[in-house]
Amino acid sequence: MRQLSSKNRTASARPGRRSPLATVALIIVGLMTTGGAYAMFSSTAAAETTTAVTQSMVEDGQKLFAANCATCHGLDAEGTKAGPSLYGVGAASVHFQVGTGRMPLAANGPQAPDKPAQFTEEQTLAMAAYVASLAPGPDIPSEEYLQGDGDATLGAELFRINCAMCHNVAGAGGALTEGKYAPSLSGVESVHVYEAMVTGPQNMPVFNDLTISPEEKADIITYLKYLEENPSPGGFDLGNLGPVSEGLFAWIFGLGAMVAVTIWIAAKAS
Amino acid sequence: MAQHDTGETPAVAGSAVEKSEPRRDHPGTAVEVSDAFVNPGLPPHRPRVTDLDPKKDAQAERRVYTLFYISIIGSVLAIAAYGAFPLEEGNMSSVRMNNAFLGLGIALGLLGIGVGAVYWAKTLMRGDEIVELRHPTRGTDTTRARAVEVFTLGNEESGIGRRTLIRNTLIGALIATPLPAIVLFRDLGPTSDPVEALETTLWEKNVRLVQDPTGAPIRASDLTLGSVVHVIPEGLNELAHKLEEKAKAAVLLMRLKPEDLNELPERESWSYEGIVAYSKICTHVGCPVALYEQQTHHLLCPCHQSTFDVTNHCEVIFGPAKRPLPQLPITVDADGYLIAQSGFHEPVGPSYWERS
Repeated sequence: MRQLSSKNRTASARPGRRSPLATVALIIVGLMTTGGAYAMFSSTAAAETTTAVTQSMVEDGQKLFAANCATCHGLDAEGTKAGPSLYGVGAASVHFQVGTGRMPLAANGPQAPDKPAQFTEEQTLAMAAYVASLAPGPDIPSEEYLQGDGDATLGAELFRINCAMCHNVAGAGGALTEGKYAPSLSGVESVHVYEAMVTGPQNMPVFNDLTISPEEKADIITYLKYLEENPSPGGFDLGNLGPVSEGLFAWIFGLGAMVAVTIWIAAKAS
Repeated sequence: MAQHDTGETPAVAGSAVEKSEPRRDHPGTAVEVSDAFVNPGLPPHRPRVTDLDPKKDAQAERRVYTLFYISIIGSVLAIAAYGAFPLEEGNMSSVRMNNAFLGLGIALGLLGIGVGAVYWAKTLMRGDEIVELRHPTRGTDTTRARAVEVFTLGNEESGIGRRTLIRNTLIGALIATPLPAIVLFRDLGPTSDPVEALETTLWEKNVRLVQDPTGAPIRASDLTLGSVVHVIPEGLNELAHKLEEKAKAAVLLMRLKPEDLNELPERESWSYEGIVAYSKICTHVGCPVALYEQQTHHLLCPCHQSTFDVTNHCEVIFGPAKRPLPQLPITVDADGYLIAQSGFHEPVGPSYWERS
């Protein structure tokens, strides 16, 4: 700053030697070069973190797998009586199951509930890389489909046709048979939504990239993000559960208010 | 009344008036009521606090006009809210604030009047109890005679009793007037035999299975294990009444391990490498059955929890549905796309009169 102001002063003190615009041009050129260099550096750094699957990652993943998953899934992920084989489930399946905390399983039950994740993203990616190295399977989706910048209207139509019967039209979730349930989709990360569609975790059917294209999946994610960001136009959504919560509200508060008013009207004044 | 009757006919057995004198000769099994319900009359009048205390009276008056003021404020608020939160086209969330404040204002406007009026009547208006007797229903003899006279005169003047042809044709005309409505309303129903419409769908031989809603054909190789596709017949999207046809023709396509399917020998050719297609219309009351569980192979209907076992030709394993879901026989064409071998072999959806 001091240099700048001194330059300005000299420029104004001795007019004619250098155009006053030269200083401005110099600053702009300097800013653009540093900014551009930073942008290039940061984009290459980001590309490195997302794509590279190194041999050391696979080895780390194998160690983590042997320590945390092999009891049920077998030492080579071949499966045991307690857990299925993981050949061909792909990196997407591991990233979904471990990233949402569904695996490792806390207890036997109708289905694995989501809970706080037990591993860091780095450890999860290492295990995913190990399982993916055993047999080919669905990969972790590319960032471009997870931005939520698709067509929410088309996404809503696809959601209503393919997802809403279990997950509820507003993504609030719903019951299945014998204690199983489709979980609520609010607050679920885009990458996990995508991975669930591709891999069909637990009792969810598979919607692979050939039956629902990646662009259509991006539209569905856009719709889910829209639902999260926009409040219900009808006021209180009461959990979006439909007639159960709305009926309960009407019975308790609506009828309650009517009974109270009726008693008040009929009672004698003190 | 009662005492008067007792005096005249003391021996009427079973009469309500006898109850004060229990009979001794023939008690029978009847339970005799020993005392009649006596009209307790009005309870003693209890003055209200507003009747006794002028301060309370003034307070109640203040409350009533405050409620009416609140009503006025509510109505003004509703008008202001309608201007302050305008409905914007294409912006659904603008409805939220508009409705909330408009409703709040109108509710205050109406409740203020209602609550104020009730409170006014309860605390300030005349508060002692009075009895208002019912008027007798029967008219006076002169009124009744006058009514008969009017009717007789009308009959004489119009000649409706005398000119029988006029009377009978009028009755006939009145009966005939509503008949056109029957024709009109009948035309609202299906033009052809409704049973035929219930029995047939768009599915027939070589119709491609396409995705709902895009209409893209489906390759058998596109379906991985555990996949589900919601399917419509090709060409449905081009129809004028496509929803009516979709309501019958919606199909769910699932891919299972071929060894998981327990197929009847005559239906083994209806599936293709573990890919099966079943009608999505529940045989109970016609809800779309689409909650497929990939590991248990159960299909659950969300309306009444009918559960179908996909491995056993969608037989009912739970719930009120009576019949299994109809299966659509499928195969692949030369290009590898899934096509129907034929239409459904039985009507889809719930029962109707001609089919129990």
